[in-house]
Amino acid sequence: MSLDKEKIKHVAKLARISVDEAKVNSLTKDLNSIFKFIEQLNELNTDKVEPLTSILNQSLRSRKDEISDGKIREKILKNSPKENEEFFVVPKVVE
Amino acid sequence: MADITNQSLNEIIENVKTKKISSRELTKAYIKNIENAKKLNAFVTTTFDQALENAKQFDNKPNFDQLLPGIPLAVKDLFCTENTKTTAGSNILNNFIPSYESTVTKNLWGNGSFLLGKLNCDEFAMGSSNETSHYGNVINPVGDQLVPGGSSGGSSSALAADLTPATIGTDTGGSIRQPASFTGTVGLKPTYGLCSRWGIVAFASSLDQAGPMTKTIKDCAIMLESMSGFDEKDSTSINKKKEQYSKNLKDNIKGLKIGIPKEYRVDNMPKEIDELWEKGKNILKDLGAQLIDISLPHTKYALPTYYIVAPAEASSNLARYDGVRYGYRSKQGKDLIEMYEKTRSEGFGDEVKRRILIGTYVLSSGYYDAYYLKAQKVRQLIKKDFDDSFKKIDAILTPSTPSSAFKIGEKTNDPVSMYLNDIFTVPVNLAGLPALSLPAGVDKKGYPLGLQLIGKALDEQKILNIGYAFEKNCGFKNEIKKWWS
Repeated sequence: MSLDKEKIKHVAKLARISVDEAKVNSLTKDLNSIFKFIEQLNELNTDKVEPLTSILNQSLRSRKDEISDGKIREKILKNSPKENEEFFVVPKVVE
Repeated sequence: MADITNQSLNEIIENVKTKKISSRELTKAYIKNIENAKKLNAFVTTTFDQALENAKQFDNKPNFDQLLPGIPLAVKDLFCTENTKTTAGSNILNNFIPSYESTVTKNLWGNGSFLLGKLNCDEFAMGSSNETSHYGNVINPVGDQLVPGGSSGGSSSALAADLTPATIGTDTGGSIRQPASFTGTVGLKPTYGLCSRWGIVAFASSLDQAGPMTKTIKDCAIMLESMSGFDEKDSTSINKKKEQYSKNLKDNIKGLKIGIPKEYRVDNMPKEIDELWEKGKNILKDLGAQLIDISLPHTKYALPTYYIVAPAEASSNLARYDGVRYGYRSKQGKDLIEMYEKTRSEGFGDEVKRRILIGTYVLSSGYYDAYYLKAQKVRQLIKKDFDDSFKKIDAILTPSTPSSAFKIGEKTNDPVSMYLNDIFTVPVNLAGLPALSLPAGVDKKGYPLGLQLIGKALDEQKILNIGYAFEKNCGFKNEIKKWWS
């Protein structure tokens, strides 16, 4: 299958990445060559194969549902591009 | 004393322990080397003042029982370091100062070492030549205009140029082993789960693994011992007893069975790589190992599988970079969605965007089964190939890379040709196994070439032992002229 420009713009929208109109052509070419390479997998019949979901022989550990740290608001806000007192600030969402 | 920065980590540790050099003198020697090596562009950030302060503290109250007593270390800029900028090679993290320390670096500092600086890498570790970094190309000390490999390219360059006595990288599809091979150094990707992923900027969580990059096998064992270990904060961390890799290093490999997979002899492989592989086999045979032909029939499907699994996980992991809580935020964008889109478009480079788009597509509605599920099934087959083979052998010997270091710009226009660099390294990540890249020779241009030893899960000691015996008998010496200073 091949990816056309409209499909790529749609995927970019899903990924929340704006793509320059000028770059769509080269991106389409690159992604199509990558997908051509990926689609070698279709040579293999995998009907009876279980998908591998973990390479570890152990299952994920669970822990007690209790607070182990906290009171680090300042540390968390320290790297924010824009904050106001104790909140992250984003462009207006609701009119 | 004379310059000791060209010595191995192990030798340097001995010199510190016997008080031939102080930690402060050692640190100053590396700072001088780093200042003279700006052309290599291996560092994104240096922490000289803090390093000198740490060295002073060590000298005032030395503890020589530690594994890394008073040793300054530079690390890949993918490890979060408390109060030191961590960029992951990306513009989107150009102002990110973590308030926490990654477990792996914390382990290193806990064994007596301290931070010298942060090393350049491909953006979010996505690349095989260090050319995707927002902070510029890194130069391979082997030759001007040569790439140092990637994604741990700043790490391999700094190590080979004597800018750090040892270092650490991360390896998702070959990012430790390929740069090690390109610079004539040792690189180990440990078993998935041996080193904690906590505090490492995530790329593809089911494949990412941190590991040592060093000049010798002994150094590699010391570093692995220092950095590995169970961590509650990583849900995939393996809970097992800590090994003493350096103390248990042995060079007797008599009777070990070494598998030689026929699928690693790929089309158009340069003759020199084939000859190197032959040389490696002969060395192991002379040391008493037994060579056994094996087959890993799904090898050719490893890269296509990787280019579904890794971008899928990356697209999910990198969703967090939205310009809200940390990192870069675009000045444009009238509303929230547009702010996200502009931030991510301006903050990520082309290769990262490509991979996010691939990942988003293969996970999107209607395509999941055809791509992602298919890749998970093939991944199972690839793992099974290794499981079957390891019933009758101890380790596998292959080339590390299909070529030596290439020139900057040589492969940037064709993503697939760049991806093919990882053809021998990627299967190991998919199967979660440990693998070591060993310097083994040079090609006719004089550029280093590496061989790869793959082990069973958690069999690091065995591949280190084979590497140790190999190193003693291979006669490889990394002859790098310091043309940059």
